[in-house]
Amino acid sequence: MTATPLDILLGSDVPAEAGLHKAAGLPAQKIIDEVRESGLRGRGGAGFPTATKWQLARDAAGTMKFVVCNADEGEPGTFKDRVLLTDRADLVFEGMTLAARAIGASHGIVYLRGEYRYLRPHLESVLVRRRAEGLLGATILGVAGFDFDIEIHMGAGAYVCGEETALIESLEGHRGEPRNRPPFPVNTGFFDQPTIVNNVETLALAARIVDRGGAWFARFGTPGSRGYKLFSVSGDCQRPGVYELPMGTKVLELLELVGGEDAKAVQVGGASGRCVGRAEFDRSLCFEDLATGGAVMVIGPGRDMLQVARNFLEFFVEESCGQCTPCRSGNVALLEGVELLQAGRCSMAHLHELKALGDTMRLTAKCGLGQSSPQAFLSIIEQFADEVLGQQPRA
Amino acid sequence: MLIQEQRVLEAEIVALADRHGRKRSALLPILLAIQEKYHYINKFAMQEVAALLGIHPVEVYGVVRFYSFLHAERRGNVMIRMCRSLSCDLAGKDAVARQIENDLGIQFGETTEDGRFSLEWAQCLGQCDRGPALLVGDTLHPRVRCAEIHEILEQARAAFGVYPLRHAGVAHTPHFHYDPMAGRTP
Repeated sequence: MTATPLDILLGSDVPAEAGLHKAAGLPAQKIIDEVRESGLRGRGGAGFPTATKWQLARDAAGTMKFVVCNADEGEPGTFKDRVLLTDRADLVFEGMTLAARAIGASHGIVYLRGEYRYLRPHLESVLVRRRAEGLLGATILGVAGFDFDIEIHMGAGAYVCGEETALIESLEGHRGEPRNRPPFPVNTGFFDQPTIVNNVETLALAARIVDRGGAWFARFGTPGSRGYKLFSVSGDCQRPGVYELPMGTKVLELLELVGGEDAKAVQVGGASGRCVGRAEFDRSLCFEDLATGGAVMVIGPGRDMLQVARNFLEFFVEESCGQCTPCRSGNVALLEGVELLQAGRCSMAHLHELKALGDTMRLTAKCGLGQSSPQAFLSIIEQFADEVLGQQPRA
Repeated sequence: MLIQEQRVLEAEIVALADRHGRKRSALLPILLAIQEKYHYINKFAMQEVAALLGIHPVEVYGVVRFYSFLHAERRGNVMIRMCRSLSCDLAGKDAVARQIENDLGIQFGETTEDGRFSLEWAQCLGQCDRGPALLVGDTLHPRVRCAEIHEILEQARAAFGVYPLRHAGVAHTPHFHYDPMAGRTP
């Protein structure tokens, strides 16, 4: 963890349960209004306005409502949620609890990825302590009717379960295959009941926003992307780690901070993100420009960009759930294209076909996984055409 | 599978179903518990779980096949997962991976003959700032180096004790080796 001057989540002076105490004294609608004023957008990467999601779930009719914390942090290059769950678990649970008050939920679920099972004992012990302190269970903080508890549900090694409808399918005991949307989980989620699925960081931020006020949070960032964001920085740089920075930070600014100024390229947003070459280092990390769930992978000079594209495509071939054709077959075809390029046997005409296939996948895949899977490949062949074409086959 | 073995497994599955609830949403927790103890989920287990939850056994099979942490074929007592994502790749995962293969005597996707270790690639383990990352059972080894692999494997082996027991969680004697699932394909 690296400290920055204004730490909203990672600072050591974050007051315990301040947001929850405030939320307990507020009418539920006021909590959502505060989050709306903050302009908070989902931190998993998609950037859906959090208050809108909560309002829809609050207004939806249902016998039981659910708050799901999406801790299926599977995007390659992302580890900020691991850090939050390790060092700020209370803040995450606090955010879930006040979200429950906002939408009227009685039941919370943390969907923890199987790879993070070693974190489970720690999280369970925090939950036990919170129950003992009256921060979970019946009549939370002495407020009549404020009943909420959280259980941990383990994932089983499927990247696609980070997609919210696939996650709900998995919770219900099915294969983690995304659902068609609409309907959305806010109306028919877990057991067909109104459900909000929020990223770990989003929930932790909500707790801070209710404490400090929406207007305070909205002061930071850009008009379309308010506040601070955690960035998971890895790869060829001197100081990898989690950085808390305002939205709209430029790629080059971040690289200077982490000691990676000589980078050849930066992969923003993990495997499903975009590769940015030196010519675009003045672009900003925010929803209006380079949208990201926080993954920044620094690719140093001398690295083989085809190998980068290959790594990501192999990932998607493995992790496609197989439901829709563009994703199931498209990623295999793109990977074959990379192999052809690596063998130095790809014509420009064929490369154009691969580009067209990538565009088709973006338009026609069923869920975010398939739609974003060709992005890294497309941005690499676009920006590094001279490097990837005409390669000599390796021995 | 012997009747007695089936009865033991059946009782365990009933206990799991009672603990997690006899409903479809209990399926994954139940399967993960069986996987952890037996290192795979055989056909008998799938049928038992299906009967208790009131679903078709093939529904259970479909779920087992979907998730990479669930296996229909026997895996080793200890699962070794090496992260293959880009950050670990840049940090030098290939050399470490090769050394694990050398020290275990198997390749990725295989299980050692004594049934102790399975070796698999993992998609991102979420340790990108401290790669290359290795998961041995539930123990995480960040920034792992080739020269450390032998010691890491020896530590894992120490947990098995003197006798080559296939299930660390089950009481064994060296003379009577009891293993409900040994040597059977599901």
